[in-house]
Amino acid sequence: MTRLPTFYENKQLVTPGDLLAEGNYVAGENAYNEDDKIYSTQLGLVDYEERKVHVVALRALYIPYIEDTVIGKVVDVGFSGWMLDINAPYLAMLRASDVLDRPFKPQKNDLSSIFNIGDLIIAKVVAYDRTRDPLLTVGEPSLGKITRGQIVEVTPTKIPRLIGRQGSMISMLKRETGCHITLGQNGLVLVSGKTLEDERLAIMAIHKIDQEAHTSGLTDRITKMILKEKGGVKHAQKDD
Amino acid sequence: MPRKTTKKLIDKNGIRADGRKPEELRPTKIEAGVIRNADGSAYIEQGKNKILAGVYGPKEVHPKHLTLLDRALLRCRYHMAPFSVEERKSPAPSRREQELSKVITWAIEPSIFLEQFPRTSIDVFIEVLQANGGTRCAGITAASVALADAGIPMRDLVTACAAGKVEGHLVLDLMDVEDKMGEADLPLALMPNLNAITLLQMDGGLTTDEFERVINLALTGCKQIHTLQKEALKARYIAVKKAVEKQ
Repeated sequence: MTRLPTFYENKQLVTPGDLLAEGNYVAGENAYNEDDKIYSTQLGLVDYEERKVHVVALRALYIPYIEDTVIGKVVDVGFSGWMLDINAPYLAMLRASDVLDRPFKPQKNDLSSIFNIGDLIIAKVVAYDRTRDPLLTVGEPSLGKITRGQIVEVTPTKIPRLIGRQGSMISMLKRETGCHITLGQNGLVLVSGKTLEDERLAIMAIHKIDQEAHTSGLTDRITKMILKEKGGVKHAQKDD
Repeated sequence: MPRKTTKKLIDKNGIRADGRKPEELRPTKIEAGVIRNADGSAYIEQGKNKILAGVYGPKEVHPKHLTLLDRALLRCRYHMAPFSVEERKSPAPSRREQELSKVITWAIEPSIFLEQFPRTSIDVFIEVLQANGGTRCAGITAASVALADAGIPMRDLVTACAAGKVEGHLVLDLMDVEDKMGEADLPLALMPNLNAITLLQMDGGLTTDEFERVINLALTGCKQIHTLQKEALKARYIAVKKAVEKQ
């Protein structure tokens, strides 16, 4: 088979409208096909995989997907459930019947005593199809109201980078900082550790990953940074 | 008809009042991501024009009754600051600004995949801080960079540039005096990669032959600005990459 023309190298920066490939290719994520030409729809890094061309966006909004774990903030308490801001174009719904396993009466049960406005909740998307607002559930052990820790905001498209290849980045972060880290696919990350210092270190690392997601050799650099910071702290304790 | 002025707009060597050649753009600078609270933003300086653009959304539509069930609602607001021109301009939106908001919306609309976000709105605010002719074009250019910065999926960037006729010469990127004293002004917006024109206006008079040449001139201007737009979008990421490699 003759090689079909592509116009960029793998992992090169592209902007919306850039012509990525011509001929027998398939448009993947953040790309579109018009007259057998593949164009980018986002600012991002282009990725050629056999016949598939896609772009890893550097800045994008969160679009809910079924089975995604997200972190949301309660913005409204209604008669039959809560509305959550999950950092997406649409507000998400959490039904009261999902939280209370017994039948409830709106007159008797005060929903705001369970989750109130401003509460942060870890939930899972159970239904979403653009014609209706996303529906959430908290009916799994790791889900529910957040009671401790700190929230960090990152670009949603950088969550995969935060996980790393086969979870290498996230497991390293957890091991080195001793923090418990919950990733929301919507770009919110919960960090809770034993001490504030641990949390500060993890947050610093997460911010660095967010900023430098498009560079290579990131895991090594983050590991180095954490070890250096940890060393610094020990040093300060010795001085005291 | 051009009024008699004490100073000619184009001298005998074909040099314009601000020292440019007829087919030269004003010095242009574009920067992306300048407003922290916006989802996307851009700032453009084109000669003495200084314009900020901010993008908010996609988010739920307010007021609710404007909601479209099959696509997102794109709203652009072009506004000139009271201090943007020599004589203070009333801050209330004028008839001219309302019209420009409309045509800018239409110029940008074809570039966005609005159908991917039904029931939402995308709000674009274009604030002219200092005006010196050709602000609608610079506004469109900045708005498009701001939209890309917000991570909204787009078919292509939109680039805009004007060309026209001044004292018998065909010139690119008219400034305020040239627009007012000249014979014709033709703003044009383009999706450069798709080679599609999304805005074409004209005021003044041109022959058919001149019209074609002016359009081609405006297109070359658009292509130059397009390069600047792409550079502006990439600049932040390239800076980070360079800093990392230095370490």
